Amino acid sequence: MTRKTSLTMESNQSNQHNSLLASEADSQRTLYPYVTGTSVVAIKYKDGILMASDMGGSYGSTLRYKSVERIKPVGKHSLLGASGEISDFQEILRYLDELILYDNMWDDGNSLGPKEVHSYLTRVMYNRRNKFNPLWNSLILGGVKNGHKYLGMVSMIGVNFEDDHVATGFGNHLARPILRDEWHENLSFEDGVKLLEKCMRVLLYRDRSAINKLQIAKITEEGVTVSQPYSLKTFWGFSAFQNPTVGAEGSWWVVVRWVRPNPDQKKLRRPPLLLPLILPPRSPQLAANLDA
Amino acid sequence: MFRNQYDTDVTTWSPTGRLFQVEYSMEAVKQGSAAIGLRSKTHVVLACVNKANSELSSHQKKIFKVDDHIGVAIAGLTADGRVLSRYMRSEAINHSFTYESPLPVGRLVVQLADKAQVCTQRSWKRPYGVGLLAFAIGSRSQAAKTYLERRFENFTNSSREDLIKDALIATRETLQGEKLKSSICTVSVVGVGEPFHILDQETVQQLIDTFELVTEEEPPAPEPASEPAAADQGGAEQGAGAEQGAAPDEGVAPMDI
Amino acid sequence: MTKQQANWSPYDNNGGSCVAIAGADYCVIAADTRMSSGYNILTREYSKICKLADKAVMASSGFQADVNALQKQLAAKHLTYQHQHNKQMSCPAMAQLLSNTLYYKRFFPYYAFNVLGGLDSEGKGCVFTYDAVGSYERVGYSSQGSGSTLIMPFLDNQLKSPSPLLLPAQDAVTPLSESEAVDLVKTVFASATERDIYTGDKLEIVVLNAGGIHREYMELRKD
Repeated sequence: MTRKTSLTMESNQSNQHNSLLASEADSQRTLYPYVTGTSVVAIKYKDGILMASDMGGSYGSTLRYKSVERIKPVGKHSLLGASGEISDFQEILRYLDELILYDNMWDDGNSLGPKEVHSYLTRVMYNRRNKFNPLWNSLILGGVKNGHKYLGMVSMIGVNFEDDHVATGFGNHLARPILRDEWHENLSFEDGVKLLEKCMRVLLYRDRSAINKLQIAKITEEGVTVSQPYSLKTFWGFSAFQNPTVGAEGSWWVVVRWVRPNPDQKKLRRPPLLLPLILPPRSPQLAANLDA
Repeated sequence: MFRNQYDTDVTTWSPTGRLFQVEYSMEAVKQGSAAIGLRSKTHVVLACVNKANSELSSHQKKIFKVDDHIGVAIAGLTADGRVLSRYMRSEAINHSFTYESPLPVGRLVVQLADKAQVCTQRSWKRPYGVGLLAFAIGSRSQAAKTYLERRFENFTNSSREDLIKDALIATRETLQGEKLKSSICTVSVVGVGEPFHILDQETVQQLIDTFELVTEEEPPAPEPASEPAAADQGGAEQGAGAEQGAAPDEGVAPMDI
Repeated sequence: MTKQQANWSPYDNNGGSCVAIAGADYCVIAADTRMSSGYNILTREYSKICKLADKAVMASSGFQADVNALQKQLAAKHLTYQHQHNKQMSCPAMAQLLSNTLYYKRFFPYYAFNVLGGLDSEGKGCVFTYDAVGSYERVGYSSQGSGSTLIMPFLDNQLKSPSPLLLPAQDAVTPLSESEAVDLVKTVFASATERDIYTGDKLEIVVLNAGGIHREYMELRKD
C-alpha cells in the first residue's frame, strides 16, 4: 500500500481551526508506491477491445513478483488494466466487486456498462486525490455494450479521457507512437494482437521494469477472455545490445589484457610478471598492443 | 375529536387489524384529482386533472419533470408529492454525476417505494399521502381505469398522437360530465428522442379540438362563474411549465414549483 | 528502497488554449482539442468546450480533472436551477455562478482557466474571463490557457477594445462581423500552434447567435 506518514499528529488539538494549513505546515507527508506494475497498452479493434500487460511486480528496481495479474474483468461488459501500485489496484478491484454486486442485486435487467464504470473510477480516483491520499495507479478501462466500443483512461489524480488506443507509463512514450502509425478502425483480432505484441516487445527491450511474461485480454459483445501468460520471441543479437556503448563519443571501452611488462625480461629466468592494462578504445597504443 | 384511539401513529394496530394512518394516506390519494399514465413502445403520456382549491386560487401543479427521461404525475397531498419529486430529482442528478448516464426509471421507483415503506415502520413518521405515476389514480379514476383497461392492448403500437388522445379521453372520463378543457388538465410526454416535457395549454387545447373530444359530450353542465378566472391562472402556469423542454421563458417564475 | 518518484502533486497542467469573442449579436467560443501531460500528448481529441446553458458556453484549460469536476458541478447546479425556475440560466447568471463555484474552493482551487461566452438577455454577445479562484470581468474578447500569452496581445492589437476606464462606459463588444470573428479565431490559433507545444491538433469553434448554436472544426498542426 502507498504510505502516508506524518511526523506530528494530524489532529493537532490546539490547531483545530485552519486544520488544512496547520497540517501542511507541521506535518510531512511521504507518498510513494511499494510494488508497482509497468505499462498497460490497449486498443479498439473491429469487434471490441484488446488489452496487454506484462505480469511483473517491481519493488523499486527489484523484480519482486513475476505472476501479477494486472488485467481483470469488471462485470460483464468491462475490462480493467492497471499500472502503478499493485495493492491499490487490488483495493480498486474490491470496490468494483462491491459495485457490481450491488448492481446485480437490483436484478432488474439493467447493468453498468464500461462508460459507467469508467465514470465511477474517475470519481474514486479524483476524490482520493482531493483527500491528498491518492490511489497510485493509471487505469485503463475498455469494454463493449450494446454494440458500442469504449476505451478510456484515468490517472491517479483523476485526469481522464477516451481514445481509440491508450497506454500507461512507458507505453505513452514507446507504444503510442507505434499505435498512431499503425492503428486503424478495422483491425482484425489477429492484426490487433500482432500490433499489441509489437508494442510489448519494444517495451520489453527498452523498459527495464518490463518482463517477458504477459497476458492479452479481449472483450467483445460475447464476453471477456484473458489469455494464459506467455512470452514473446526476442532477438538480442543486435550489435547495439551486444555492446551498447562501443564507439560512442566520450565513452570508455574498458579492455583488460594481461601483458608482459617488458618482453626483454624473458631472458631473465624469472616467472613473467603480468600486469593489467586499461586503455581507452581506439587509442593507437591499444591498437598496437592488441594486434601484437 | 379523534376518529378513534388507534390512529395516532403509524405503528399501532387497531383491534381489527388495521393501520389507520396507512388507510388515511390511501384515502388522501383517492380524494386527489385524477392522474393518468399510459405508454406505447416509444412514448409515455402522463395526464392529470387540475382542480382549483377555491374560487380565488389557482390549481396546484401535479406533473413534475424529474429528468430528461423521467416525469411524474401525482394525486393526493401535493406537498408530499413535491417532497418526493425533489428526492427523485436529486437521486437522478446524483446518478448522472457519478455514472454520466441516466438513472434507470425502474430503480428510481424501487428506491422510492423503499423510502415510502420506511414511513410505515417508524412511529414518529406518517405515510406519504400521495400516489405517483401508476396508470390511473385519484378521484373517480375508476372511470379512467375502465376506459384504459378496455383499450390498453392497442397502446403498444400507438402513435404519439393516439396515445395523447387516449390520455385525454381517459381524463375526460373522470370529469363526470364536466367539459374537458385545456385549463383543467395537464398533459406531458416523454419518448424516444423526446425529453420529458409538459405540453403548453394552447397545444393541449388544439389537441382537444382536433380530436373533437368535446363534441362527443352531452351538452355541458352550466359552468361556475369563477371558471374563467381560475382557467387564466392555470394557463399562465402551464405556459411556464412547458418551457422546461422548450425555449426559456423570461417571465416571472410561478410560485408553485 | 530509494524513492522513485518526484514529490507527489495533486495538480497537473494539461495545457490548451481558449478564446472567446463577443459581437453585437453573436459570440464565438473556441479552443483546441489537444490534451497533454508534460511532453506527452495524451489525446488529440479532447473537447475543452462545455455547453452550460442554451446561451452560455464555457471553454476551459488547465488541470483536466478539475475542469471536469467543475463542469459537472455547474451542470448539476444548472439542472437544479431549471427545476426551480422553469427556465435556462442566462449567461450573466451563469457567469456569477461560475465565479462563486471557483471561489468556494479558494483554499484548494480548481486549477482551471475559463472563458465563458454567450448571449445576454438582450441577445448581445458577452464574454466573461476568469482566474482560477473566481475573479471575473465582462469583456469584449479574451483568451486563457497555455497559448494565451501569444494570443491575447494579438487580439488586443486587432480588436482595440475601448478602455474600461472611459466614462461613460463604452460597449465592450467587438465591431467585427460574425464571419470576421471566426476567421480571426482561426488565425490566432494557427499562430499560437506554431510556438506553443500545448496547443494544436484541432480547433473547435462554437458560434452562438439568434439562430441558436453552431459548431465547426479546423485542423491544426499535429507536431
